[in-house]
Amino acid sequence: MNRIVDAIPYARFLGVEVERTDGGLECVLPFRQELVGNAALPAVHGGVLGAFLELTALLRLLDESGSGPVPKPITFSIDYLRSAGPSATRARAEIFKLGRRIANVRVVAWQDDRNRPVVAGNGKFLLS
Amino acid sequence: MPADESSTPPRRYALQSLFGPAQDGMTMHTPHAVHLGIRVVETGPAFGVCALPFREELIGDPRRRVIFGGAITTLIDHASGLAVACAVEELRAIATIDLRVDYLRAAEPDLELYARSDCYRLTRNVAFVRAVAWERSAADPFASALGTFMLGANRTNSSYERLVRGKSSQ
Repeated sequence: MNRIVDAIPYARFLGVEVERTDGGLECVLPFRQELVGNAALPAVHGGVLGAFLELTALLRLLDESGSGPVPKPITFSIDYLRSAGPSATRARAEIFKLGRRIANVRVVAWQDDRNRPVVAGNGKFLLS
Repeated sequence: MPADESSTPPRRYALQSLFGPAQDGMTMHTPHAVHLGIRVVETGPAFGVCALPFREELIGDPRRRVIFGGAITTLIDHASGLAVACAVEELRAIATIDLRVDYLRAAEPDLELYARSDCYRLTRNVAFVRAVAWERSAADPFASALGTFMLGANRTNSSYERLVRGKSSQ
């Protein structure tokens, strides 16, 4: 899976890592100063968090399908729940419908406590 | 123009002049926007236009050389924050509540990307925006978005808020 991440320039740009845990695939976004949106809090940029969720959803789909064309995002919706402080953010995606042409994916990201999510997303991807 | 509109006094957009094309007040105080090279192209009453230079590092699909959707989300989020900043009459902290981006088509590689966001409704606590992103013509967008922002979400003492306070007291 980390090979796939290496093949996606934007994933390298964000510094995203993939871990395989008991519960499945987990993506990690290590904190870096360049990712900050609000320097005073400091908080990770909302756009970065949205991108991280979308990337997690995409990697989850690629993990499911193996090789093949990269699924194309149709729409992606992000709920910002808390500000994300200066530590690593982790995310996990769940495919709740894998159709022949469309996949629906839910993603949740948290920092220290999995029960206190910082951002959640919902995306639809065009397969094939 | 309807008669009642001409009698309405012009609205005060306190922050517009601070975040205009020559100012970059908001962008320069957002480390990630600096990192991406996002710049302000235009601001006006309740709207903002930002540009994101094309970079190989932003590619999400190497086969088609298409920029990753999430990078577009960042551009739209930034333009939307700018639009809200240009809609409020006095400075308040702005936090994204939600953002939905529709990817209408793939963005063409090697071109600078633009996003324009309009704050079409402002209430006491919430700002509503809609945005489009394009590379060649605003009439042919590759993405469109809807978002909501909370006003006065947190009291920060960021460098850009100090900048704004300094300017407004002059």
